[in-house]
Amino acid sequence: MQTLAAVAIAGTAALTMSRPAETAIAGPDISNFKLKNGMEVVVIPDRRTPVVTHMVWYRVGSADEEAGKTGIAHFLEHLMFKGTKKNPSGRFSKVLAEIGGQENAFTSQDYTAYFQRTSKEHLPQLMEFEADRMTGLVLTDENVLPERDVVLEERRSRTDSDPSAILSEAAQAALFANHPYGKPIIGWEHEIRALNRQDALDFYKIHYAPNNAILIVAGDVNADEVRALAEKTYGAVPAAASIKPRVRPEEPEARAQRRVELADPRVKQPQLSRYYLAPSYANAAAGEAEALDVLAHILGSGSLSRLYRALVVEQQIAVNAGAWYQGTALDKGRFGVYATPRPGTTLDALESAIDLVLAKVAADGIESAELERAKTRLIADSVYAQDNQSRLARMYGSGMTTGSTVDQIRTWPNRIREVQPEAVREAARKWLELRRSVTSRLQPAAPKSEKPS
Amino acid sequence: MKRTIVTIMTAIALTVASAVASMAAKIERAKTPGGIEFWHVRDDTLPMISMEFAFRGGSTQDPAEKAGTASMMAAVLDEGAGELDARAFQQQLEERAIVLSFAAHRDTTRGSLKSLIENGEQAFGLLNLALTRPRFDDDAVERIRAGTLASIRRRMTDPGDLAQDRWFARAFPNHPYGTPQRGTLESVAKIGVDDLRAMHRGTLARDNLKIATIGAMDAAAAGLLVDRAFAGLPAKAKLVPVTYASPQGVGERNVVEMDVPQTVIMFGGAGLKRSDPDFIPAYVLNHILGGGSFSSRLYLEVREKRGLAYSVYSYLAPMDYSGLFMGGVSTRNDRAAESLSIILGEIREIAAKGPTAEELAKAKSYLIGSFPLRFDSSSKIAGQLLEIQLENLGIDYIDRRNGLIEAVTAEDVKRAANHFLTDAKMLVTLVGRPDLAPEPARPAAPAPRG
Repeated sequence: MQTLAAVAIAGTAALTMSRPAETAIAGPDISNFKLKNGMEVVVIPDRRTPVVTHMVWYRVGSADEEAGKTGIAHFLEHLMFKGTKKNPSGRFSKVLAEIGGQENAFTSQDYTAYFQRTSKEHLPQLMEFEADRMTGLVLTDENVLPERDVVLEERRSRTDSDPSAILSEAAQAALFANHPYGKPIIGWEHEIRALNRQDALDFYKIHYAPNNAILIVAGDVNADEVRALAEKTYGAVPAAASIKPRVRPEEPEARAQRRVELADPRVKQPQLSRYYLAPSYANAAAGEAEALDVLAHILGSGSLSRLYRALVVEQQIAVNAGAWYQGTALDKGRFGVYATPRPGTTLDALESAIDLVLAKVAADGIESAELERAKTRLIADSVYAQDNQSRLARMYGSGMTTGSTVDQIRTWPNRIREVQPEAVREAARKWLELRRSVTSRLQPAAPKSEKPS
Repeated sequence: MKRTIVTIMTAIALTVASAVASMAAKIERAKTPGGIEFWHVRDDTLPMISMEFAFRGGSTQDPAEKAGTASMMAAVLDEGAGELDARAFQQQLEERAIVLSFAAHRDTTRGSLKSLIENGEQAFGLLNLALTRPRFDDDAVERIRAGTLASIRRRMTDPGDLAQDRWFARAFPNHPYGTPQRGTLESVAKIGVDDLRAMHRGTLARDNLKIATIGAMDAAAAGLLVDRAFAGLPAKAKLVPVTYASPQGVGERNVVEMDVPQTVIMFGGAGLKRSDPDFIPAYVLNHILGGGSFSSRLYLEVREKRGLAYSVYSYLAPMDYSGLFMGGVSTRNDRAAESLSIILGEIREIAAKGPTAEELAKAKSYLIGSFPLRFDSSSKIAGQLLEIQLENLGIDYIDRRNGLIEAVTAEDVKRAANHFLTDAKMLVTLVGRPDLAPEPARPAAPAPRG
């Protein structure tokens, strides 16, 4: 199914799970350098098949939008496919549709990325096109306005048709009192409706420049050929003075736990989720984010995890339960736990049972066997991840646009290996405090009256 | 314009041919010492071994009134086997970071195994236990049942899932394709451990098994592991015969009322089986109509020009006992009728006139040029090798495939269109509050939420 402009919804584990690295095994031979105009380049050779994945990541996302313009980062991402002065009316996409290239783009809170996958001989052409649309975008009301309707449909599909997505959006808004991570990436509906051509161009001119971008090429290439091509294409785009350090409003110290609830006649299966503010890899104390990754695994990954064992297997009050940690963020990270009750279990009872599991880890710590299992799996996942060039490219892109260096991303498994049991206990004790949290409860409700509202 | 395309195509065909040939050359059709056939690729890039395998027979094998049996059987396989209960079994996997999963599809029951090479023996040994000595302990079965019921409850309120389930229910009455693979609240409640054991005995055997392996070892070493995994399975499956069925209700339009701001529309009718000689022309035709991501007619007319939807697509769904042409769109309630009429109009148009020469050339060029992208990771390669075996396309298919696309002519495409797109007669299921009056009665802007 085609999803141009997939929005990377924050709060899912998909963005954060494992990262690549050396471990005991030789990892990919990654190069990292900068062009004269400040554009960073990462090359990830994978010579098994003569194909390439070409990505450009901009260090801008929905958290960089000005107040009242939610959704502009994502809307612009859609509009980037409309064509440039040099390559009008979507010529880039048309060429890809002829040569057999796949393409797409995605927007998160901290980054916006564009990618193509083709046979390797097309790489020079991809780089010319992508460098051209870094500054050459041309927009008209004729192509902007229908695309805004597309985005509104996208919002209806992703959020408005799904009570659990509506609730999740409300939970994020409650979690962040001051920081723009509380705004939905796709934007609030009333603000999307008001976005226009000029808003998109303004945002584009401020943020799209080589000194705010990272080029990642993975596949059947070597660093020298990519460097030569990059200098010829992206290297010709002048750096922009508009690029400023990314400073967003800071969250105040959290002092009161928050709760959001949605009872909807469309819901047949209740659900409980809790979100905590936590540090991210960009701002955690040394080893702390790694300990949170291990904690999330031990608490809630798979059928041996603490939450699954307690709630699903032993007490039999839930049909599933889990935990996740999103450490890939420029500002605050997030830690989450969730469970789906069995019929007959109240959400209150489920929540108490979750709290007991969390409190036990904070009080008594973890067993060495479960720590070893978690490390084994997290490190092995980083080997498995190397099997997929697109996945590797995404790991580096998301890491580098959220404050990590190539070297930090590479050595992640080694730091996981060093996590001590006491650090995991301390992470639970320090960060899983109710005052830092939002608890969300999704429940069925009696059908509304059939009268039009 | 046309000449440019032809030139580009020739260039692509040459480079792609070499990419594809180098891939094809690595595939070995091998036999284990125990006599099991498997397809293997040696890839020393990573210290891993992966296997994808499938037994023919999936939810089509569910007993009447007990839909969901195959799905549940597959879900319980790794919940305890041999002397190991669910917890002990999962511990064995986790301690070595072995990734094992099973799932029942409509026509197959599939498994996937991934391990570091150093744990290969244990990984394939544990798989063998799961396949040949699953315990089906009561507590594990009840746990899986509770999870299945929860996912069915969620499905019942998801507009997309509901549209699909209702479409298949109407298209295939009295046929296993008509029931959701995971079953219904009623049918899942009826499934007993005896049913799971019977499904296990009947479906998991050696004569209906296809295997693809890839990893840092040669075929001989992989063969020993394959034997280890599948030793002790019965020689012959006891599959329940399934009849071939054509979709019913074609031409109908069924609305399922749901209080959502957007209507999910699923449409479909008879398509082609994979073995049909016109399947490849039909595949090219569908790429032009609704398969090509940002280039298809449906994408351009519904999304790009009019902004009526985020997602609109069509595809061919060849199955063992039917062949379907399917598609879908999610569009605001007050313009659902307009979207549907544009889509059906496009289908009629391409059925009547066929694609233009330029469209046909571009579609072929895309499909040929993008073929190597299906082979850039171990899991993709194993997946491709498995599909080729399941569809009986032959080990030389990777070498032949682009030639088959290249050979498609305008006449082939028109003939294929006549097979399944004539009159654009479709069974259409709409979930939402679609306004199907011919003229939109309400103003264009829907009321804001909340």
